[in-house]
Amino acid sequence: MTTPRRLKPADAVIIGYGWTGAILAKTLTDAGLHVVALERGPARDTSPDFEYPRIADELRYGIRGELWQPLASETVTVRHTLNDTAVPYRKYGSFVLGNGVGGAGVHWNGMLWRASPEDLRFRSHIEQRYGKHFIPAEMTIQDYPVSYEELEPHFDHFENVCGVSGVAGNLRGTLRPVGNPFEGPRSNEFPTPPLPAIYAAQLFEKASAELGYRSFPIPSANSSVAFTNPYGVRLGPCNLCGYCERFGCFLYSKASPQTAILPILAERPNLEVRTSAYVIRILQDSSKKRATGVVYIDENGQELEQPADLVVLSAFQMHNVRLLLLSAIGTPYDPSTGNGVVGKNYAYQMCGGTAAFFGDDVPINPFIGAGAAGLRVIDEFNSDHYDHSKVGFIGGAMIYAGGTGGRPIEQMLLPPTVPQWGRGWKAAVRKHYRHSAPVTLQGTVMSYKDRYLSLDPTYKDKYGIPLLRITFDWHDNEYRMAAYTASKMEEIVRQMKPESQATLLMKPGNHYDVRIYQSTHTTGGAIIGTNPENSVINRYSQSWHLPNLFIYGASAFPQNIGYNPTGLLAALAYFSADKLKSSYLKSPGPLVSS
Amino acid sequence: MDRRKFLLGAAPAVGLASLVSAGCEPSSGTQGHSYAPTYFRPAEWDFVLAAVSRLIPVEGAGPGGIEAGVPEFIDRQMELPYGHGAYLYLKGPFHPESPAALGYQLRYTPREIYRLGIEDANATARQTHGMDFARLDPARQDQFLESMGKGLLKFPTVSAAVLFTQLLENTKEGYFSDPIYGGNRGMVAWSWIGFPGARADFTDWIDQAGTEYPYGPVSIGSART
Repeated sequence: MTTPRRLKPADAVIIGYGWTGAILAKTLTDAGLHVVALERGPARDTSPDFEYPRIADELRYGIRGELWQPLASETVTVRHTLNDTAVPYRKYGSFVLGNGVGGAGVHWNGMLWRASPEDLRFRSHIEQRYGKHFIPAEMTIQDYPVSYEELEPHFDHFENVCGVSGVAGNLRGTLRPVGNPFEGPRSNEFPTPPLPAIYAAQLFEKASAELGYRSFPIPSANSSVAFTNPYGVRLGPCNLCGYCERFGCFLYSKASPQTAILPILAERPNLEVRTSAYVIRILQDSSKKRATGVVYIDENGQELEQPADLVVLSAFQMHNVRLLLLSAIGTPYDPSTGNGVVGKNYAYQMCGGTAAFFGDDVPINPFIGAGAAGLRVIDEFNSDHYDHSKVGFIGGAMIYAGGTGGRPIEQMLLPPTVPQWGRGWKAAVRKHYRHSAPVTLQGTVMSYKDRYLSLDPTYKDKYGIPLLRITFDWHDNEYRMAAYTASKMEEIVRQMKPESQATLLMKPGNHYDVRIYQSTHTTGGAIIGTNPENSVINRYSQSWHLPNLFIYGASAFPQNIGYNPTGLLAALAYFSADKLKSSYLKSPGPLVSS
Repeated sequence: MDRRKFLLGAAPAVGLASLVSAGCEPSSGTQGHSYAPTYFRPAEWDFVLAAVSRLIPVEGAGPGGIEAGVPEFIDRQMELPYGHGAYLYLKGPFHPESPAALGYQLRYTPREIYRLGIEDANATARQTHGMDFARLDPARQDQFLESMGKGLLKFPTVSAAVLFTQLLENTKEGYFSDPIYGGNRGMVAWSWIGFPGARADFTDWIDQAGTEYPYGPVSIGSART
């Protein structure tokens, strides 16, 4: 192997230029550091990449996945149990990986939640409320070493960066008759008001109220009005175009790194962004006490070494874990002994849905929708918002209504009794398309001793480097959670009075199925904790092993929440960024003693 | 004569492909449109035309798959990176015996699935019915497709269910995607279901939930109905 050509050293190198990469690029260049950001995918910006009408193309973006990481070059492998041989995730289904500047922050829905306060001290909370015996032995959940109160200013700031629309349920400790009654106290009202509910969400609002539930607008990074964020960047109002998740936003409404942060970084002389830069290794000095930079492959296939005093690992959750394993940083998790931490506590989300089929007098207009704006949700059955002592599981799900669009290849809802093809199918698509609405649950997944990430022994990427291997399947706790929350979801849909309804749900005997899109909210593998024995990073997202390595993203989550992860991972990044500014950059070294 | 009845009623003595290339498509809107396939060979093209005309048939109200240009869509997709497997991870070793829940585990690109699968399908049709699939009457074609989908037919290379899934997926894509790809000609499928296509602007409808949206579709190329 040839020695990589050594480039001019930088003060900091950023691996992955999505949300957290952009947040750290701003923080570090503000502080005067010379920063190099490496992004594996192409450069992308609203213009020309997301322009109308080209972006309104379901086949290109929604089905083929123009904005996703090409699996042909690199994928992951999947197996259900420790004894199986993993096989590659050859074709997109279960989750979609981001690629290019902005990362998955380009093609997300914009559901921008905070975690519930108890989510951040989940093990302690459950033990205190239900007793230590309540948590099964194989469940490896743990607390975050940072509290809701500490993260609150950072949730608040990121919501302002994104121009989030919504309505507060808990304003500085006062519960209000609107908004989410289960949320932690907010220091401020949402930056922008919610958009009116789309019709399916109105039907859900009414049915929920009749059943005694509190529905409210999903916190939405689809701005409802023209808004200038704290960085002076302008967002425009969402028009419910129906091309949101899986697409870039042509209206500057859906917050993304491009629409919210990157415009102020574009001209900074101390920031260099290199695209098509595929990082394959984080380098350490001979004492293995310090990161010294990274090696990446450029678009010509050449290996380059970028030395840096500070390394920011801000790729997607799975890529963070793979790079740590490839770079031999920290001890890989061993499920047979429970030792090691890198790859530990991989989790996912448990999702399900009920489709409501109305008569032709109910104009749902499914194509009018956005990733988050116009949707309504209830939070009664999420997290530990309800008494779990008799239900037989831990965790829960949010239940929300309204489609994110009515794109007919992917989002056609049909009763299960309808033929899949032929004359009957043709008649059914006309009968149901404009008159069907989805109600969805998105739920927690706990972490377990036998669910983890490791390097695959067989399969390689296009450069011959091992792929990441996922060992994952559902546990009984998650099947029970799904069955319970689905019964609530079905109750609400019945109250919406459709002509018929149908539910899709994972039940015992259904294994994790990579063919069905469920959620891109994969978590864990480089988790946050109180010491090097239970975690990869400390409360400031600093590696326990290499104090000049900081790791951001949902790889930090010790178990998964029932909310979308972006709000929490951004808050953890801003919390860390504050500490970098106030402490680390003045005096580099461990921020928490181990 | 009524071309629809002709196509439906008569057991085709000639391949459907030759009917289409002679301008005999069962459509009022697209008469005279001929398309010469680039990827598919004549016998394969007959199969695709016959299969699409059963998966989304002309019978009943609403546009059929042939009228919507679905076969042209599929042929053109085969020439794009998609057809060549650019969206798939295709490195071995291959374990097709893996649980179905672990997803696609074959070595084949979409082009190969059609090439190998159609040959097997026609060989099976000849064995059981004495003729290629395209020459069967519509009722038998339906039965054959049904058996393929359920995996009841055993093809030696690409399984019947894999070919069927590929066909059905591409057929629905061709029916509902933007006309720039060759299917959904004249936005007939969008008009049929009431999808406004690439309009992507509902500002004036944000506060009119519960009102039927009145406008027909537009496409990326700005075609209107």
